[in-house]
Amino acid sequence: MAYLVQLQKQFDDYRASLFNEGFLDDQFEQLQQLQDESNPDFVVEVVSLFFQDSERLLNELATSLDQQNTDYRKVDAHVHQLKGSSSSIGAQRVQRVCIAFRNFCEEQNTEGCLKCLQQVKHEYTLVKNKLETLFKLERQLLAARGSSFV
Amino acid sequence: MVKMEDIGARILAGDHQVQYGQNQRTKIKALVVDDNMINQALHRTLLRNLGIENHVVGNGREAVDVHCSGRRFDLILMDLDMPVMNGIEATKKLRAMGIQSTIAGVSSRSVDENIQEFWEAGLDDYQQKPLNFPKLVSILQKVNHSV
Repeated sequence: MAYLVQLQKQFDDYRASLFNEGFLDDQFEQLQQLQDESNPDFVVEVVSLFFQDSERLLNELATSLDQQNTDYRKVDAHVHQLKGSSSSIGAQRVQRVCIAFRNFCEEQNTEGCLKCLQQVKHEYTLVKNKLETLFKLERQLLAARGSSFV
Repeated sequence: MVKMEDIGARILAGDHQVQYGQNQRTKIKALVVDDNMINQALHRTLLRNLGIENHVVGNGREAVDVHCSGRRFDLILMDLDMPVMNGIEATKKLRAMGIQSTIAGVSSRSVDENIQEFWEAGLDDYQQKPLNFPKLVSILQKVNHSV
């Protein structure tokens, strides 16, 4: 019983830290509200989609910015997609870097764009790790509840 | 006749059991027009949780084509920036075809940024992304669902 309480606290605290540190915003709460018995894995599914899509976009961005004559419209289109996805799942810090990234695209500032690419990769990796940890803690909690005799 | 405003109030109060289709002979039908996979999943689930039947397409051209094939919707959630045909062009074309469905523009642009052109294409409503329950409920209050 004490173990369950401890797991719950660990999960709650970790989850709260993600909001406090700005990794996630209210939109993530909105996603959780959409999850129910008929759609029990919605959050994990949509976040997984986000991971897949983001990795594709980050690769495209690296390729586009590596060209001799960078097509800034193409770069901007990819960043726009990444901004949209991160905003839809509440990945606030990723979204913020995308906003700055788009400004550099508009100015056709290669150096600025390359810096933003590094930054967005960094923020994406951070939030990915955080979310994976959150989901792992949630699974542990659900497993413990399932085998609880209380 | 169930009033949209009452449903809206219940949803905002956390009652996610409310269905827009239950007490009516036909369910409300919505079309999601968005090129982003995550947004498609989000908008589909928001609509589904409210009992709204939905169909998803990836750009404005597909939205026009689905209407050309004869399908009709009560509500169209129209993204702005899409490849092949954007939301402004698609909205203009649909209105020119005589489509009178409620079209809600859903884009990442804020109301201050230049969305005048989008409105003028023939929108009934506009919400800034990301979409969530309160925003969708607000849009649904504009839908005139006649059985």
